[in-house]
Amino acid sequence: MGEYFRPDNLSDLLALLPSRHLTVLAGGTDYYPAKVGQKLDDDILDISAISELHGIERNEQRWVIGAATCWTDIVNAELPPLFDGLKLAAKEVGGRQIQNSGTIGGNLCNASPAADGVPALLSLDATVEVLSPEGSRMLSISEFVLGNRKTALQPTEILKAIHIPVRQAANSLGSFLKLGSRKYLVISLAMVAGTVEWDASGTITYCRLSVGACSEVAIRLTELEDSLVGQQMNSTLTRNIRDAHFSSLNPIDDVRATAVYRKDAAKTLIHRMISSWGAAS
Amino acid sequence: MTRSIELNVNGKTVSVETQPVTRLSEVLRDQLGLTGTKVGCNAGDCGACTVTLDGEQVCSCLTPVIQAEGKSITTVEGLAHAGSLNKLQQAFSRHGAAQCGICSPGMLMAASSLLAENDTPSRDAVEDALGGVLCRCTGYQKIVDAVMDAAGEHTTLEPEAGQAVGASIAKLDAEEKLNGLEKYGADNIPENAFWVRILRSPYPSARVEIDDMSLVIDTWNGLHDILTYKDIPFNRFGIYPVGKDQPVLTDGVVRYRGDAVVAVVGTKDVVQSIGLDDLPIKFLLQEPVIGLDAARSKNALQLHEDKPENVLISGHVAKGSIELGLNEAAAVTEGSFQTRFVEHAYIEPEAGWAQRVGDRVEVTVTTQAVHIDLDEIANVLQVEKERVRVIPTAVGGGFGGKLDVSIQPILAVAAMKYDRPVAYVYERPESMAASTKRHPSEVKSRFAADKDGKLVVAEMTADFDTGAYASWGPTVAGRVPVHGSGPYFVPNVHITGRGLFTNAPPAGAFRGFGVPQAAIAHETMMDDLAEQLGMDRLEIRLKNAIRVGEATATGQVLQASAGMAPCLEELKPGWGEMNALARAFNEKSDGVLRRGVGIGAMWYGIGNTSLSNPSTMEVGIDKNGKITLYNGAVDIGQGSNTIMPQICADAAGLPVSDFHYIMGDSDLTEDAGKTSASRQTFVSGKASELAGLDLRQQILRHVNAGEDALFTIEGSILTITDKNAKHEVDLKTLPEIKKGNVFFGSGNFDPPTSPLDENGQGVPYATYGFAAQIALVEVDTQLGTTKVIKIIAAHDVGQAINPQLVEGQIHGGIAQGLGLALMEEFVPGVTENLHDYLIPTFGDMPDMEILIVEDAEPLGPFGAKGVGEPGLVPTAPAIFGAVRHATGVRVTEAPLLPHRLKAALNKKEAAQ
Repeated sequence: MGEYFRPDNLSDLLALLPSRHLTVLAGGTDYYPAKVGQKLDDDILDISAISELHGIERNEQRWVIGAATCWTDIVNAELPPLFDGLKLAAKEVGGRQIQNSGTIGGNLCNASPAADGVPALLSLDATVEVLSPEGSRMLSISEFVLGNRKTALQPTEILKAIHIPVRQAANSLGSFLKLGSRKYLVISLAMVAGTVEWDASGTITYCRLSVGACSEVAIRLTELEDSLVGQQMNSTLTRNIRDAHFSSLNPIDDVRATAVYRKDAAKTLIHRMISSWGAAS
Repeated sequence: MTRSIELNVNGKTVSVETQPVTRLSEVLRDQLGLTGTKVGCNAGDCGACTVTLDGEQVCSCLTPVIQAEGKSITTVEGLAHAGSLNKLQQAFSRHGAAQCGICSPGMLMAASSLLAENDTPSRDAVEDALGGVLCRCTGYQKIVDAVMDAAGEHTTLEPEAGQAVGASIAKLDAEEKLNGLEKYGADNIPENAFWVRILRSPYPSARVEIDDMSLVIDTWNGLHDILTYKDIPFNRFGIYPVGKDQPVLTDGVVRYRGDAVVAVVGTKDVVQSIGLDDLPIKFLLQEPVIGLDAARSKNALQLHEDKPENVLISGHVAKGSIELGLNEAAAVTEGSFQTRFVEHAYIEPEAGWAQRVGDRVEVTVTTQAVHIDLDEIANVLQVEKERVRVIPTAVGGGFGGKLDVSIQPILAVAAMKYDRPVAYVYERPESMAASTKRHPSEVKSRFAADKDGKLVVAEMTADFDTGAYASWGPTVAGRVPVHGSGPYFVPNVHITGRGLFTNAPPAGAFRGFGVPQAAIAHETMMDDLAEQLGMDRLEIRLKNAIRVGEATATGQVLQASAGMAPCLEELKPGWGEMNALARAFNEKSDGVLRRGVGIGAMWYGIGNTSLSNPSTMEVGIDKNGKITLYNGAVDIGQGSNTIMPQICADAAGLPVSDFHYIMGDSDLTEDAGKTSASRQTFVSGKASELAGLDLRQQILRHVNAGEDALFTIEGSILTITDKNAKHEVDLKTLPEIKKGNVFFGSGNFDPPTSPLDENGQGVPYATYGFAAQIALVEVDTQLGTTKVIKIIAAHDVGQAINPQLVEGQIHGGIAQGLGLALMEEFVPGVTENLHDYLIPTFGDMPDMEILIVEDAEPLGPFGAKGVGEPGLVPTAPAIFGAVRHATGVRVTEAPLLPHRLKAALNKKEAAQ
């Protein structure tokens, strides 16, 4: 029979971490589906009662999203337009029930190639704060999510928060597009996220583009990002897209779609997203 | 370690002793008895278990009970006030938003959380808020209507005597389906029951060596027994009396991934803990036969000793001369079409329990076929049928998948062996791995028409992958040749259907028995011919629509109720409008989004193919004036609990609101056959009519009243009024005749059919349903995605007994047809859950408009025939036709997943 720990503060949590291998549970939306028809006998560390892990705060330099913040709280938070892609992604995580329970930290720790939150976090230059009894460390998303269901978390570590730099540009927006074979409750065939900033003359000053479900870990399209910076926010933007920009995508063939299709769809989605930016400015 | 946890449920504080990690759903159901919260997947994929915590919807199957502590939990049982449905529940009842009812609690709770924030939600808002709950019955439209009308005024239809048929009365079982009190297969399991679980083969093909289990049993705390094939008195089951081929537990060979190996019996914990690796069982793997090509290969392993070349069965129909027909042809077309395994995905997994009572066994189970179950159990146990009782629970969706036995045989064997009840509830992955599927098919066809567009030839060969065991394979192989020429008059027909064994899940009955697969072929043929001849696609169907006086492919001359042409006529205005809309859209489009319109037509034989399928119904009035229909027809959500009383009431001349019923219990009702083949309204409905008429005659005779007499019942006083007199009968003074009733009527009906001869000629069905659907779709040509915008469906149902329920059947059929067309593909070992296996959600359904055509069937009750399966059959052809109209891609493979359509679009572009 497993034990169940539910600390209500960080210091109690930290005291528990070295003691044994604990399965971390926040919203439960990944834990229980992996246990269908099985006895629930893991030693559980339930982090849902720790208030320090919940909520979204802003300081001078960054936004800090507690790892146990649920998707609904992200949707409902007042956030700048750059976060619109993250909000759209939040609305695509399962149904409302899942959004009310499932957490942004859990989405990262579960490390599914099709995790809805990851591309949007990549497009926000997010970093993660990892906590252990020895202290904390900061990792970029790509340093944290290492592969299919694989993260850099050590046994005595826990994901505490996601940090997103505060940006000052006057004009910015964030986007997210998800493609699946049905409308709700669908695992992505491909998805893209992006953020963009531009100055008063309409010149792009900053851009992030990322693709999910088309490689083991969601990735950024840095070459395409670079080629867009300095361009005008108008309908000609999409002319900068080249096939070579997508060479790092390495999707799989599976029952949902072929690899060829996924890569092609990712290109189409990126094209549409950039096209929508041209129209939005 | 358990601890005491205090919960606030539906306004009451309760304390439970449990582990903190226990799913909230389990605590609600097992410890608090609140079984209104349903469990469909335990994985957050279906939303049936949705409850609210402090007003927010969550999946209770994903919530550790400890996280609900200190919050206000509301379940479906908390919605009704003082025993009356609340406004939202009333709206569900009024709009017919609950069919089988298994998803209704989840829908209601999701809707409650929405309405608390927004009492006038838009359609989109409703869909977004309820999008996390799956429904397999309704097609969602009536659910959205109900939520949007939750504040609306509640009215109930209570037709007077003789006015029930044709009235959209609310389902007679709506209340219990909406207040959470209805009991499904998993809802009433005795606390002291042993749990049973079958351990299943992870391999599609293997020889199995099973050693003595007795040494293992004692090593597990809580394990009572391990059953092997040696415990099964007769270790084979199967639908047909001859050819029973599926073992209850393997006796040496496993033939599909999911085949039953041994069964463990004990506490719920222990049966979940034991795996095959823990037992002395050895698998010697064999090369599996996967797919039809492999099955047809000369080198393929033969699955069953008595079935050479892996052929289960072959059926054919031949009429006229193909050669002569082709001589008259001005247009000839050929095609080859493929479909895949499709899963029923009823939201209620297989569930039930059994107990020994004296020398009898009683099996309480979710089922579509009480008497098939009963016969099968008696055969497996090798006991007389009188020693078996089957009690159907409410059924949370069936669609053909609960026509085969699943848990029944092993429960019966175990119940006979132990002095305790035994229970078994499939988890979702087991349900999907073990249960039957729609047959994958390869259909080759050649159709020809003369210069006027009249069909002269329909030729088809259809091979079906019937999986590891026969199941309903013979029915598919029999039904398809009869229907393969479509709802048309064709003078020259040659059609064969074969079922081939493979190492895949048994393919069985699934809404349409192979006809939906064949319809994709015959409707594409019609579009091809229209294109070649430059004819309108609706017109060519109308020109060929089979009519009264014409002979079918089996030589059956239709005598009445051939409503194909009227259905097509009804669709003409919509067809014109949709075509204009698509044209206007495409003229403005930059080519990325293209719209198109398609049409699918079908016919469907009601009832068994050339086999007797009688129903008996009984109705009585007791001393207190209580009217009871002894209704052997199992309601699987389609509404027979309402339809049968409506028919019987009008036949008897009594108000339907006075009717009670007992459903399905084999000790209390007569055999009304299985709920399949769209037969209940037609066959059992006719029996209900005859029972009602019989009851009426008994009453009339009792007082010697005239045929036109009117009846009223007030308490125990039955008043019979005819033009000559008013008779008052005090029912209390009359002797009980049967089942505690003082008046008792019964009716029996077996639709007249004849066997088919060596050329498949004869009368396979007493009547046919006809339908056509038109679809407007939008294709994203860059992504290969298809959005169905609108479907108009015209169905000849003879007479709609309850138009709202007819619409519900068609809506649900369209949803499943859309799934078949665009997203559903079961892959053994890969899609055994409801997030990898996709069924349509709220956001995938088009606007649906239903046109009911009533070309009365003289044999049917008040002219009615069936509609259950016809709703699904024309949908995929209509969608595929629309995709073709939009893009020029002729669809030959279902499901048309985005990557398949995109590949076809690329191929077409490359060819140009």
